[in-house]
Amino acid sequence: MTLQGLVQPFIIIAVMALLAKPFGTYLYKVFEGGSTFLDPILGPLERFAYKISGIDPQREMRWTTYGLSLLAVNLVGFVILFILLRIQEFLPLNPAHQSAVPFWVTFNTAISFVTNTNWQVYSGETTMSYLSQMWLVSQQFISPAIGITFLLVLVRGFSRQESKTVGNFWRDLVRGILWVGLPLALVGSVVLVWLGSPQNFNPYVHATTLQGSHQVIAQGPVASMTSIMQLGDNGGGFFNMNAAHPYAAPNAASLMFQEILGFLIPVGVIYMFGKMINKKRQAWAIFIAMSAMFLIGSVALYHFEAAGNPIINHIGLATHGNMEGKEVRFGVGTTSLFENTTTAVSWGSVAASNDSLTPLGGLVTLFNMNTGEVIFGSWGVGLMGMLGYVILAVFLAGLMVGRTPEFLGKKISAYEVKMASLFLLIPAFAILILTAISLTTHAGLSGIFNPGPHGLTEVAYAFSSGVANNGSAFGGLSSSSPWYSATVGLAMLIGRYPMYIPLLAVGGSLALKQRVPASAGTFPTEGPMFIGLLISTVVIVGALIFFPVYALGPIAEHFAMVAGKLF
Amino acid sequence: MVRYLFTSFRLLVFMILLLGLGYTAVVTGVTQVAFPYQANGSLVKSHGKVIGSTLIGQSFTSPRFFIGRPSATTPAYNAASSTASNYGPTNPALVKEVKTNIAKVLKQNPGIKKSQIPLSLVESSASGLDPDITPASAYLQVARVARVNHLSKSQVNNLVKSHIRGRFLGIFGNSYVNVLRLNMALVKMTHHP
Repeated sequence: MTLQGLVQPFIIIAVMALLAKPFGTYLYKVFEGGSTFLDPILGPLERFAYKISGIDPQREMRWTTYGLSLLAVNLVGFVILFILLRIQEFLPLNPAHQSAVPFWVTFNTAISFVTNTNWQVYSGETTMSYLSQMWLVSQQFISPAIGITFLLVLVRGFSRQESKTVGNFWRDLVRGILWVGLPLALVGSVVLVWLGSPQNFNPYVHATTLQGSHQVIAQGPVASMTSIMQLGDNGGGFFNMNAAHPYAAPNAASLMFQEILGFLIPVGVIYMFGKMINKKRQAWAIFIAMSAMFLIGSVALYHFEAAGNPIINHIGLATHGNMEGKEVRFGVGTTSLFENTTTAVSWGSVAASNDSLTPLGGLVTLFNMNTGEVIFGSWGVGLMGMLGYVILAVFLAGLMVGRTPEFLGKKISAYEVKMASLFLLIPAFAILILTAISLTTHAGLSGIFNPGPHGLTEVAYAFSSGVANNGSAFGGLSSSSPWYSATVGLAMLIGRYPMYIPLLAVGGSLALKQRVPASAGTFPTEGPMFIGLLISTVVIVGALIFFPVYALGPIAEHFAMVAGKLF
Repeated sequence: MVRYLFTSFRLLVFMILLLGLGYTAVVTGVTQVAFPYQANGSLVKSHGKVIGSTLIGQSFTSPRFFIGRPSATTPAYNAASSTASNYGPTNPALVKEVKTNIAKVLKQNPGIKKSQIPLSLVESSASGLDPDITPASAYLQVARVARVNHLSKSQVNNLVKSHIRGRFLGIFGNSYVNVLRLNMALVKMTHHP
């Protein structure tokens, strides 16, 4: 480890702490009222969207109506995407003559892009036409905006009182897309091209290399897709190797710009939350808890990657850092930072081959996802999940001191705790059961690439990534087989709707309640004690369920590796 | 519920056209005018023919060139199908790969010891298209490249030195040498001594 590698995550967190306020304030204005400098341009577009869809943006909805509208837009989005991918060979903008996307791949991909997972069982440059990539891009705007609508319901539960309604879904969705996704992605794309990414509709280039051989170089509208994939915490990249591909991230400057892009909204919504409940200290307490877990993860991952693989180090070369599946322009430090962030902030695009990480380096990424992606997480749902943990933390604190738990002036009753527990148990159940089935069936076992405990990690990683709506992968697993296409598809659905709808219900239930003034018996939720309690809840209640898998997978492999054993 | 589906359909058709087609078209239009070199793939030409992209690594096997990192694509440096090896740390294939590559580097560069080889020169890149090597990986090839091209070691050394690019802001990423650019400069040097 070097100091230069070590300071990188700290710099990123410092930058994000500075950007939280301006972006959070902007988000508050977009969703909760107030004017922004973009209103003159986007206002007409917004009104047009309402008009052609027959939407009344003023109509307030109960959480159930809000939730049903959310499901409807995802269901229709799935069907449209499914059809468009299946008929791509008959549509224009297909210079590489890609044929129809196979059935199970389409099934998986359509789910993947509407749930903001962007798990990719296909490799972009050999499967998708340019037009299909553009359909996928549209969902990369829509699905993260839906993530914010999830969060708004829960936060309005705290910010409103004696209210049967939680806002208008269509208005929140349209404003999330037009005011947040579109302008930032446009700016982001132009910067990415300036930093080197291509943006064209040219046929694949045929080059005669300097040495005289033939090389076909894939082209396409790369920057526009990369920009929204990072900004929207989607991770659905243009190429198979995603952000490791030199066209997607040509240099460290481009990669770090993408890092900031991906961080913006997850950090912004924390500040927005503080403004909505009118308690900014509360928002900063959550920011600090997330940052602490992020920094520990980043340093740990960097430590294991820099120490490298003792089996290889034993050969006696000049350097020790693990460079299998990494790119020279990023090096070990920046790659480790990006791989930690991609699983914590949940964008899921990789700048390395995660399958080739050291066992414990890989464990950090697995852990990040198994927390339920609450270490910032993607748009809205990251903070929403963290608020689920907050509910559990105040409940646990209430049990310890024998008081009725309350948070932000709302009494937390049995109903809210049950719903928050569902949010916790459903993903764990899905990941563990699906992993277990895969390890006991031929279809599951035959898809494993690496031998030994690493194979178990590959499978657990796939379902963790699916349920967490992350989308990064241990790439060795043959995820495009019908078995993994179907089961990871199922995992992505479980990790989106059954996981977060209980928290929508919490929002609806809290909105109905009256706020009670804080008293001497109220457990303070802004200080270091609470931050510590919250982190412990995430680690002990959230991730410890997975410990047996960690022990049999990455931890077993680590000890084997130290002992010099190959499988 | 049917009403919501109908509303969704109308909204989605609008959004897919706006975000899928409109957005991509605007970005393409703007960047093709503002940054045509990058937007078209950072291609390099020689006598009107494309010889590659400075961002995409290409396969060098001849001893007269600087040689890049191992690539896991089929064939190596296939820029139409990026992939990594995906070898896990306890996969025997990883050890075999590294040992084979070490033997190759030692054979190509007589006089070089194992302890001089950086790991990145014998482990596969993530994309299979890594265009860069570390400065140390370039320096250890200087003696061979100079000998085969009948150049002096100091000439080639200076060439490598002038092609080293530093970290972003001095902190992020790694210093590197772009292999294609370096080899192009080398070719130029051998043609006009």
